[in-house]
Amino acid sequence: MEIFGLSSSALLSQLLLGLVNGSFYAILSLGLAVIFGLLNVINFSHGAMFMLGAIVTWMAGQYFGINYWVMLLLAPIIVGLIGIVIERLLLRHLYQLDHLYGLLLTFGLTLFIEGVLRSIYGASGLSYSAPQALSGATDLGFMILPNYRAWVVASSLTVCFATWYVIEKTSIGAYLRAGTENPKLVQAFGVNFPLMTTLTYGFGVALAAFSGVLAAPIIQVSPLMGSNLIIIVFAVVVIGGMGSIMGSIVTGLGLGLVEGLTKVFYPEASSTVVFAIMVIVLLFRPAGLFGREK
Amino acid sequence: MKRTLISMAVAALAAVSSGANAADPSAVKIGFITDMSGLYADIDGQGGLEAIKMAVADFGGNVLGKKIEIVSADHQNKADIAASKTREWIDQDGVSVIFGGTNSGTALATSKVAAEKKRIYINNGAGTSALTNEQCTPYTIHYTYDTVALANGSAKGMMDKGLKTWYFLTADYAFGYALEKDATNVINATGGKVLGTSKHPLNASDFSSYLLQAQASKAQVLGLANAGGDTINSVKAANEFGITKTMKIAGLLVFISDVHAIGIQNAQGLLATEAWYWDQNDQTRQFAKRYFEKMKRMPTMVQAGNYSSTMTYLNAVKAAGTNDSDKVMQQMRKVKINDMFTKNGYIRKDGTMVHDMYLYEVKTPSEVESPWKYYKLVATVPGEKAFAPEAYSKCMNK
Amino acid sequence: MKSPKLWIYLAILAVAIAAPFFAYPIFLMKILCFALFAAAFNLLLGYTGLLSFGHAAFFGGAGYCAGYLMRDMGVGPAGGIIFGVIFAAALGALIGGLAIRRQGIYFSMITLALAQMFYFICLQAPASGGEDGFQSIPRGELLGLIDLQNDLNLYYFVLVITLIGFLFITRIISSPFGQVLKAIKENEPRAISLGYNVNRFKFLVFVLSAALAGLAGAVQALVLGFETLTDVHWTMSGLVILMTLVGGVGTLAGPFVGALVIVLLEHRVGEIGNFLAQITSVAWFNSLGESVTIVTGLIFVFCVMAFRRGLVGIFTKKQ
Repeated sequence: MEIFGLSSSALLSQLLLGLVNGSFYAILSLGLAVIFGLLNVINFSHGAMFMLGAIVTWMAGQYFGINYWVMLLLAPIIVGLIGIVIERLLLRHLYQLDHLYGLLLTFGLTLFIEGVLRSIYGASGLSYSAPQALSGATDLGFMILPNYRAWVVASSLTVCFATWYVIEKTSIGAYLRAGTENPKLVQAFGVNFPLMTTLTYGFGVALAAFSGVLAAPIIQVSPLMGSNLIIIVFAVVVIGGMGSIMGSIVTGLGLGLVEGLTKVFYPEASSTVVFAIMVIVLLFRPAGLFGREK
Repeated sequence: MKRTLISMAVAALAAVSSGANAADPSAVKIGFITDMSGLYADIDGQGGLEAIKMAVADFGGNVLGKKIEIVSADHQNKADIAASKTREWIDQDGVSVIFGGTNSGTALATSKVAAEKKRIYINNGAGTSALTNEQCTPYTIHYTYDTVALANGSAKGMMDKGLKTWYFLTADYAFGYALEKDATNVINATGGKVLGTSKHPLNASDFSSYLLQAQASKAQVLGLANAGGDTINSVKAANEFGITKTMKIAGLLVFISDVHAIGIQNAQGLLATEAWYWDQNDQTRQFAKRYFEKMKRMPTMVQAGNYSSTMTYLNAVKAAGTNDSDKVMQQMRKVKINDMFTKNGYIRKDGTMVHDMYLYEVKTPSEVESPWKYYKLVATVPGEKAFAPEAYSKCMNK
Repeated sequence: MKSPKLWIYLAILAVAIAAPFFAYPIFLMKILCFALFAAAFNLLLGYTGLLSFGHAAFFGGAGYCAGYLMRDMGVGPAGGIIFGVIFAAALGALIGGLAIRRQGIYFSMITLALAQMFYFICLQAPASGGEDGFQSIPRGELLGLIDLQNDLNLYYFVLVITLIGFLFITRIISSPFGQVLKAIKENEPRAISLGYNVNRFKFLVFVLSAALAGLAGAVQALVLGFETLTDVHWTMSGLVILMTLVGGVGTLAGPFVGALVIVLLEHRVGEIGNFLAQITSVAWFNSLGESVTIVTGLIFVFCVMAFRRGLVGIFTKKQ
């Protein structure tokens, strides 16, 4: 059966691939949304954190022989700690100021981190292989899907759902959401707000790093790997609604699918289609699809 | 306001102080500008500078009785920086020859500036064939490779192996199109067929979608009309999706540094056209060994080209007895180039340095005896066949 | 209080006129173009409080337009620049018209998105030359009288244009129109309650800012003789934000100082590195030349953390 000149199996396979990419977007924009929601900081260094997750994984494998499965847990922790240091030392002084300064600071940090790593490791990148258990592919009938990609979708969705659950359904999450609405009141209730912000930033960054670990076997690990993604992730967060968790997840996955289709019908535009969507969405729904205007 | 005045004074001082050295116009001063810190830094970059330094040292460090000086800069892939720096070097610092590196946009802009000021411009690393066609100048030499030579190498080589049907993965910008077009011309001319192409945005991270389309076309060869990170990611993904089992992959612009970065596991079987490979013969190995001691990496064809072109230039200056650009260009066009880079190479009126190109296949992991020994020779394409015939050149000084 | 200021302005003018005899003219012209670009951007950010992430579209777009007219349509430099400005203004009306409808970060993101789409168009359009860039833009003769091939002539031409641009911006700021802009920046709801059609003002200043950025871009295309995708890329938008931040947001001289610092950095980081290495005997500084991004990143961080009022802001008592 042909749809728009594509056989249904071809269409399905492209959609499935789009879902894989969408999973990356979902996790990355989730971290960004969490950070923006609570801290009001537009974390431009998110791409660099993603990259750090991948590079730390590579380094661990290269220098210490630590395997992938350990790094899935360890890399986010390490990068999360780096994030906490950044938050404590630099970011927290900027909360009362305009969005602009948080953005510019994190932008500067990105340049610095990427520059330093590039001067050490070069721009061509480093090779990292998927673990044995996940290599190989499965024949799904309409396409052959590498097992690793299936793993990416499964683990990303699990983490996304878990995060959503914690934020929306647990008491810790309730504090977080309350802090987003009214920080002063929450502090008045005795919650250690500064600690909360620090941990939130660390968590958001850890999510990015987790995504980086997932990406390492697929994309060449290079110091510049985050900079290609960051603008798209921003767009996803804006489309989804800047503080909305569900918004980021849904939009991230949705964008992956839309991009997948674009790659078939008008591939040159696949990097730019997200921006066209963003403009349209913002004009009709000012705070994004799921957001609430502050 | 007062402080603005002071800061302006400081700026004026800064601007002046850097142009302080009086330039000796009869001495040879080499200016080298390339991408030192960005995407192409591994292909040329600091290594390219090192190669030039080696050439100057091997030449003796002096020519025409004066010391040879070298200045270098990072154009950060910005044409305006490349052009302004070149202009400044020529106007203020007495630079007599400019060696340019990667990035076609900067190469074109720089060659214009050099020609305007009547300085020789030698490029190793930019691919655009416009340098020797519409945008040629009497002072430009395109030394290491161009898109036509790469296409001829890969396409002819594959056709000779009996692989006739192609699918292209093309980076969506001028360079990608040029690679695809030049290769398509060869394929069509030798009886092959292009079954389809996918254009992807530059710096796309994920190629799975395009690769599936390529596979569906059932072509025998997957042509990668892209470069750098895009090529690396394409190859990785191709392995992941098992494309390598049914198609041969021809990278239209691949450097040994890319193969090193991809890793031999994923890169095995990849076909690449290069102008030079460090493990070709004793001469190349000797050069590579010395280079490796300094840089801890094996030289790419661009870095080797830097060495060779510097030597060629200096030899020409010595023979001509002057660093006057017209006389040196004349001298360079007279001689055959026989060195570690090539045998019987020569420079045409349109600026192309004609030399043999080689089609290599990346070895399997078991065949690789030691790091960097990645290639095995598949075919040699003689210079006259590799580069576009002089008669077809759109250059006006023929 | 006018006299001392007047003398200072005259002194600066004198320096500007004498400058090309001491420093490299092309370098100076680049600074002037970027200073104008930053000043145009500052009009929007510092005086109206609107942060545009896509100003490169106007800068580079005008450059391409002017370049195309001057090289392929035989239009002279004056005509090329004027049309470049008109193009930028039109693009500004389009982007501004859409972006103004939203506020804060959403405004900024719309400017980014639309600028990205413009970048995509420039990348795809064969007329732009794509990655090869748009080359060989002729300098021609100004109004058939002054030969602009001569670097000195070109410098004074650029200086005059930059001064006109700066003066125009100053007039805007000190006019009643400018007062309303400041009011909008301070407290938009109050400005609305006072009866001002705030959107009309924002739209107008956006178009003005775009047009002036276009002026800078068109002139730069003339000076350099080519136009490339770098000038419409989002990193160029980032660069102008950095220049404004370093110089001092919302000050008149800030953009100029910021442009000066950044252009110096881009061109001289290698030499500055060597100089620092010499005076501090720290060898690592020598490799600074390879690391423009690292240094730029550090400057960003430093400016935001310690230096928010910028070089000029820090010395002027009030804001």
